[in-house]
Amino acid sequence: MKNKFATVIDTAIPLPVQDIDTDQIIPARFLKAISRDGFGKNLFRDWRYLKDNSLNPDFVLNKPDYKGSILVTGKNFGCGSSREHAAWAIADYGFKVVISSFFADIFKNNALNNGILPIEVSDEILSLLFKKINDDHQLSIKVDLEKQVLSFSDRSVNFTINAYKKMCLQNGYDNIDYLLSKQAHIQKFEKENNQ
Amino acid sequence: MAKTLFDKIWDKHIVFQEIDSPAVLYIDTHLIHEVTSPQAFDGLRKRGIKVRRPDKTVATTDHNVPTVDQHLPIKEILSRKQVQTLVKNCEDFGIELYGLGHPFQGIVHVIGPELGITQPGKTIVCGDSHTSTHGAFGAIAFGIGTSEVEQVLATQSILQQKPKTMRITINGALKKGVSSKDIILYIISKIGTGGGAGYFVEYAGTTIQQLSMEARMTICNMSIEMGARGGLIAPDEITYSYLKDKQFAPKGDEWDLKLAYWKTLFSDDKASFDKEYEFAAADILPMITYGTNPAMGIHISEQIPTEIPVHSSEESYFKSLKYMGFEKGETMLDKPIDYVFIGSCTNARIEDLRLAAQIIKGQQKHSSTEVWVVPGSQQVMKQVKAEGLDKIFEAANIPIRQAGCSACLGMNEDKVPAGKYCISTSNRNFEGRQGPGSRTLLASPLTAAAAAITGKITDPRQFL
Ligand code: SF4
Repeated sequence: MKNKFATVIDTAIPLPVQDIDTDQIIPARFLKAISRDGFGKNLFRDWRYLKDNSLNPDFVLNKPDYKGSILVTGKNFGCGSSREHAAWAIADYGFKVVISSFFADIFKNNALNNGILPIEVSDEILSLLFKKINDDHQLSIKVDLEKQVLSFSDRSVNFTINAYKKMCLQNGYDNIDYLLSKQAHIQKFEKENNQ
Repeated sequence: MAKTLFDKIWDKHIVFQEIDSPAVLYIDTHLIHEVTSPQAFDGLRKRGIKVRRPDKTVATTDHNVPTVDQHLPIKEILSRKQVQTLVKNCEDFGIELYGLGHPFQGIVHVIGPELGITQPGKTIVCGDSHTSTHGAFGAIAFGIGTSEVEQVLATQSILQQKPKTMRITINGALKKGVSSKDIILYIISKIGTGGGAGYFVEYAGTTIQQLSMEARMTICNMSIEMGARGGLIAPDEITYSYLKDKQFAPKGDEWDLKLAYWKTLFSDDKASFDKEYEFAAADILPMITYGTNPAMGIHISEQIPTEIPVHSSEESYFKSLKYMGFEKGETMLDKPIDYVFIGSCTNARIEDLRLAAQIIKGQQKHSSTEVWVVPGSQQVMKQVKAEGLDKIFEAANIPIRQAGCSACLGMNEDKVPAGKYCISTSNRNFEGRQGPGSRTLLASPLTAAAAAITGKITDPRQFL
């Protein structure tokens, strides 16, 4: 069981870069942990810190006027590795929602498996969102998972999510719970297929 | 009804499917390594459950291992701990481990095929995106996250949304000096890093049919770099003869039975794909990347594009060039190279090392270039020695390192320093991939070997 996903109303952090890959989200040298915790401090590590390990003042996460649990990013977010550490880092940092115009497949799955909601919007809505956040850093964004509606300023857009995944997020269910409930089918399959 | 190769395998592995839900798909082989498995085993312990089918699970250590002095304890504490954790988990849960010191140890995507574990018609997963490599045998193979590793350990099944199908057909004879690495870099440069997203790709056509298994693996390996879930190629005589007599390949009557099934694994004539692309082998020349994603590739003698490539944005393009220290319109040829890495699950098989040796033979490594040749597995190493390739490299002043992922990712001791240029036969040129600040240029083993001699970006055809 994970935390249940409820409606999120919050400000957002904009990261208007396309093709942000998993090595940027969490570089490989930080993948040596054997637990799931603590990855948030190395989220976007090489962008967030300068060579001498001091905070990079130009990086958005370090700018005091940007805050929030919603990350808005450029197209093709999360491409690259299958490392779930990327999703763990994002969740551990405190993000609940990631908005982009496109997500890499495995990342999307990993995010959902960790209670993060990835929302895909059109390129047009994404640019509008970046513009609005740029104009007003405190822009409030509402994510209503139940109704599948994303709203900000005077705009409301629908987003899609697989019905099963939605149910899992809302109830904090795990895929393993579901699969374990299907053990009899698995056993039957193994028998019939000589596995 | 006409079916694609993908559909044939997929349908045969559905355990259960509810409307509007992902399918419960049975997994024939689960490969694991030290990086993406510890949290999954922890999950099992918390739930108090066992691994359902340890007999269908195989483990190795590859990402964290040093590539020199492997008989000594791993120096880096965290790496050592992660490797030890895998050893303990395999002991506790009864899983076969080909760890350091084992004659089968190596990069997970190199050992599966060479041991005959990877077979046509199977479903294969691993907590690693390059699991797509195994598709070269006509298997459905894809990378998964750690939560999914836990699902498979617990139930030998996985929940999967069925992907769409794409076919990429390449016809004709390859030009001299063009290898399968160039084919896949070329395809990705045309389709873009997101072009395959949501799809499983079948590679077909006369060019593919003529490729060896090693060459096919290189192509399937990089399917993920265009965003595809995986890639696969219909098995044929080349596949069967590669597998015959391999350690875990079926034997005797079992072989005949399996072979009869494998021969049914092809896309039916009338099968339709959600998307199709076609390329001509004659259009492909040796490739190199200039940017920070694998789609930013050009023919080695071309200039860096002056216009923003179609699949990129202005911001990403200039950010990328700035990181690489390149200007638009520049020629790639003759740029100095600090490091050469010949290795990784893309190009560390025996055939790749033969290609490199072909160019290195009788030459000397360039004095200011560091060259790392890292076989993908202990078995590849054994073969390298049997063929005397090690002598060729050593005569050129290039010692061969021990098996592992090595400089493919900046996780073990083999890292490229900040600002340095590395021609690499691996699959990713992301910022910092080979170490913080490293600059990676992806290319074939031939192109990498040519740079090892000249110390600069060189068209390998001049050595052939
Ligand atoms: S060689 Fe590189 S890409 Fe392949 S499994 Fe190892 S780290 Fe991953």
